[in-house]
Amino acid sequence: MLYSTMKSIRAQTAIQEKPQPQLKVSTQTQSKKHDEILKNYEAIIGIETHVQLSTLTKAFCSCPYNYGAQPNTSICPVCMGLPGALPVLNTKVDLNRAGVPLLEIVSEPDMRTGIEAAEYAAELQRLVRYLGVSNGNMQEGSLRCDVNISIRPIGQLEFGTKVEIKNLNSFSSMSRAIDFEISRQVLLYSQGQADQIVQETRLWEEGAQKTVTMRKKEGLADYRYFPEPDLPGVTLTEEYVDGVHNSLPELPEMKRRRYERMGLNMQDVLFLTNDINVAEFFDATIAEGADLKLAANWIMGDIAAYMKNEKLSISEIKLNSHELVELISSIKGGTISGKIGKEILFELMAKGGTVKGLIKEKNLVQIADPVEIEKMVDKVLADNPKQLEQYRGGKTKLQGYFAGQVMKESKGKANPALLNKILMEKLSAKS
Amino acid sequence: MLSSAHAPRLVRSPSHRLRPINSLHTAQSSPLPTTATESSQILTIRKSLLTKQTTAVDLAQSFLDRIRRTEPHLKSFLYVSPDDAILKQADELDNKIKNNEQLGPLAGVLVGIKDNICTSDMPSTAGSRILENYRPPFDATAVRKLKDSGAIVVGKTNLDEFGMGSTTEGSAYQVTANPWDLSRVPGGSSGGSAAAVSARQCVVSLGSDTGGSVRQPAAFCGVVGLKPTYGRVSRYGLVAYASSLDVIGCFGSSVADAGILLHTISGYDKFDSTSSKREVPDFTSQFAGKDYLESKPLKGLRVGVIRETFGDGVDPEVISSVRGAVTHLEELGCFVSEVSLPSFSLGLPAYYVLASSESSSNLSRYDGIRYGNQVLGDELNSLYSHSRAQGFGSEVKMRILMGTYALSAGYYDAFYKRAQQVRTIIRDSFRAALEKNDILISPASPSVAYKIGEKKDDPLAMYAGDKMTVNVNLAGLPALVLPCGFVEGGSTVLPVGFQMIGAAFDEERLLKVGHIFEQTLQGSSAVPPLVAEELTR
Repeated sequence: MLYSTMKSIRAQTAIQEKPQPQLKVSTQTQSKKHDEILKNYEAIIGIETHVQLSTLTKAFCSCPYNYGAQPNTSICPVCMGLPGALPVLNTKVDLNRAGVPLLEIVSEPDMRTGIEAAEYAAELQRLVRYLGVSNGNMQEGSLRCDVNISIRPIGQLEFGTKVEIKNLNSFSSMSRAIDFEISRQVLLYSQGQADQIVQETRLWEEGAQKTVTMRKKEGLADYRYFPEPDLPGVTLTEEYVDGVHNSLPELPEMKRRRYERMGLNMQDVLFLTNDINVAEFFDATIAEGADLKLAANWIMGDIAAYMKNEKLSISEIKLNSHELVELISSIKGGTISGKIGKEILFELMAKGGTVKGLIKEKNLVQIADPVEIEKMVDKVLADNPKQLEQYRGGKTKLQGYFAGQVMKESKGKANPALLNKILMEKLSAKS
Repeated sequence: MLSSAHAPRLVRSPSHRLRPINSLHTAQSSPLPTTATESSQILTIRKSLLTKQTTAVDLAQSFLDRIRRTEPHLKSFLYVSPDDAILKQADELDNKIKNNEQLGPLAGVLVGIKDNICTSDMPSTAGSRILENYRPPFDATAVRKLKDSGAIVVGKTNLDEFGMGSTTEGSAYQVTANPWDLSRVPGGSSGGSAAAVSARQCVVSLGSDTGGSVRQPAAFCGVVGLKPTYGRVSRYGLVAYASSLDVIGCFGSSVADAGILLHTISGYDKFDSTSSKREVPDFTSQFAGKDYLESKPLKGLRVGVIRETFGDGVDPEVISSVRGAVTHLEELGCFVSEVSLPSFSLGLPAYYVLASSESSSNLSRYDGIRYGNQVLGDELNSLYSHSRAQGFGSEVKMRILMGTYALSAGYYDAFYKRAQQVRTIIRDSFRAALEKNDILISPASPSVAYKIGEKKDDPLAMYAGDKMTVNVNLAGLPALVLPCGFVEGGSTVLPVGFQMIGAAFDEERLLKVGHIFEQTLQGSSAVPPLVAEELTR
C-alpha cells in the first residue's frame, strides 16, 4: 500500500520555503487546452539518488567529515588523490568533501507524475533517517535527487528521449520541476517538434520556475569502469547479512501499518510517521499507557503548532514524552482542566519542568469539592441579584454568564461539569 | 679515467659461463675466506661500524666521493641529497655507536630510492615533467621503514616516466648509462636504481616492478634484483602506474643484501589494503657463509626450466649463459626438468592491455589543479589539457591512449576483459607448474643491455624485451634475478641475468637458492670496470 504523504511533506517543508508561484508552461488561456493534450501522454520518470552516509570519517581515509568546516581543513594525502600528495592549496577548491561516503540508489523508470516521484524521494529520505544512516538533508546536499524524464503517447511501448533534471533542492521543487518538464516535452511533441527534445541535462531554476539546458549529452557517457585494483573485494557472510537484517529498526511502512492497526486514521498515521523523531515521541507516549487518540491529538495539534511557530524539531522542544503522558492523565483524571492543561503544555515546551511540579507551584489543582463550588455559586448569585431576577424572568441564556463568573471566581480551577450541575440546581431552585 | 674498454675483473671461462668454485667440496680441508659477511655489503658495514674499523661519516663520505666522480658519466640520480645532510645523519649514527646505543639493522647503509617512491624530504617526480619540483608531504611506507632501520637515503634515482619503459630513456630529465658500457642502456624502468648499485654509488636501492622494471635492469647492470610477491611490500607512497601489478622491489650487489632490504620493507600496512597480513619470515637466516654449505646444498630442490623462454627471439648467448646456470644448479643437487607453460606468450599482450588500462585511470589525477605543473588555459578544460599535453611524455601519452581505448564501451570485452581472462589462465598455469616444482627458471631478458637509442623509436621491440618478466607480475609471484655470466659486447663484456620464480610468498626459498648459487659461482658479484677502477683508487 502506498500512501501519498505529499500533503504532510508540504506542511513540513513550508517552514523553509517561500510561497511558490504556479506552474507556468503555457499561458492561462492555453492551459485548459493544454491539460487536454497532457491526457494523451504519459511520462516515464526514474530517479537517481545520492545519499551521503553519516559516518564519522571519510570512506577511504580517517579524516573526519563535518559539514561546513573551513575549506581544506579535513584532508590528507589519501583524499587528496595521490599516493602522496598535499597540493599547493587552491583556496577556491574545498576538498573537505572529497572521499565522503555516498550511496547511489537508482530507481526503475516506474513513476508517472511529479507528486509520485517526490513521494518516492520523501520515502527514501524517511528510510535513511529511520535507519540513522544519513541525515537526509537536501539543503546540505546529503540527499540529492537527479530525475530522468521522458514522455510518450499513451499506448506507445518504446520510451521517448529522456532528459535529466538536476538542482532539485526540495521535494516540492522536484514535483514542480517534473510537472513543468512533462508539460514542456508534451507541448513540443504535440506541436510536431519532438526532435527538439534532446538527450541533455537541464537545471531547475527555482526563481523562474522552469528548467533550462545545462549541457547536452551525446550518446551514452562512457565512464570506462573496471574493477578497482586498490580495494580488494569485500565478502559478506550470510550471518552478517542476517545480523544486519535482524537489527533493522521498524521502517516507515511497518510503522504506518502498525499505527493503522492500532486504529488511527490515515491522516494521523501519515503525520506521525513522517518524522522518525515524532514517531518515536508518540511511541514512547503510548508505551507509557497514554490514550492513543489523545496522545495523537496533542502531538498533531498544539505541539505541532508550537514546533512550526518556533521552527523547532520535536527533539529540540523541552517537553518530553513522559510529561505528555502525565499531562494527559492529569486531565483525564480530573486533576486539572483541559484549559489549564494547555497552559501547562506551553510552559513545558518552552521551559521544561514537570506537570506535577507546575500544578503544585501554580496551585492549579482542579476544584472538585461540591461544597466549595457551591459556596462560589452562592456568592456569584448573591453578587448579581439583577441578573438572577432576569434569569428567573425567562432570560435563561444568562446561565453562561453565571458559569463564567463562577469560573473566574475559582481562577479557572473549578471542575466545569460539577460547576454547571451545581449552578443549574441553584438557578432552578425556588427561593 | 672512465673507459668502457676496460677489462672486467672477473674470471671468464671460454663459454662465458661463470666457473663453479671447486673448493666447495673440500671446504673443510682448505676453507676459503669467502663468507656471507663478505658478499653482503650491509653485513660488512655493520661489522666494521660495530668493531670501529670505520665510521659512518667516513663510509658516507666515500660513497659521496664516488657519486661525485661517477655521476657525470652515469646520471643514475635525479636528486642527490646535500653532503651535509647525509654526513649529519652519519654523524648521529657515530654518536650512537660511541654511546653503545642500539643500532637499526640498516644503520649507516646508503640507499637509493627510485623517484616514483615518495620521500618527504626530497622531490619525487616519477621522472615526469608533470611532477617537476613536486615534494610529497609524507614518506612511502617502505621509505619510512628504511629510515626507521637506520638507513640513509642518499638520493632519488632515474626512471622511465611513471615506470613506463624498459631503458630509462623515457625519463623526462636525463638518460642513464649502463656502468658496464656507457653507450648502453641500464634497462628500465628502474635503470637508475640498478646502475647506482652496480656502480656502488649506494649500497642497495629500491625500485618498482610492474612488468619487469626491477628484474630487467638488474640483469642489464649485473646486480641482484628482487621482485617480491604482490602484497608483500606496501605500495603506499609508490606513485601508481598499474595498481594490480605494481610492487616495490630491491636491488643489491648480493642476494643477502637484497634479502635484508626486503625484510626491512615487508609487512602489512593499514594504508595499503592489498598488503598481506602474512608473517614475514626472517630471510636473513638463509645467508650462511659458503664454508658452512654442504657438498650438495640444494639436494632435492625441484627446478623447472620454462621451455617457452628459450625459443625464438632470445639471444643464443643469453640462452647459453642461463643453461650454464641451470647446470650449476644441478651440480648443487637440484633436480632439474623442463616445464611447459603454453600460455606464456599470451602474457605480453595481456600485460600491455591491463597495465595501460589501469594507467589511464591512475594518471587521470594529474589535472594541473592540485599538484604538479600547471599550464594555464582560457578555461578549466584547456587548463587540464595544456597541463597534461605539456606534462606527459610521448610514451605515457601512448599508454594512456591505449588504456582508454581498451576500456571504452564496445572494446572492453575484446581487450580488457579478454586480458583479464588471460591473466587467470596464466596465474593458474604458474600455480600448477609451482606445485610440481619449487622454483622455475628463465632468462631475465631476451638480450643483454643494448645501445642507447637502439629501440627508442621502436616501442614494439622494446615491449618484446619484457616477455620474460611480465607473466610474473600477472601471476603476482616473487622472482629473483641474479647474474649468471657475461657475453662479449664489442669492446667490453655485458652481464647476463637469469630469473628464478617462486611460489607466492616463498621469497625465503628464492633467497636461499640465490644465495647458495651466488656463493658457489666465481665472479657472480663482479663489478663493472669503471667501478673496479674506482674501488682501487
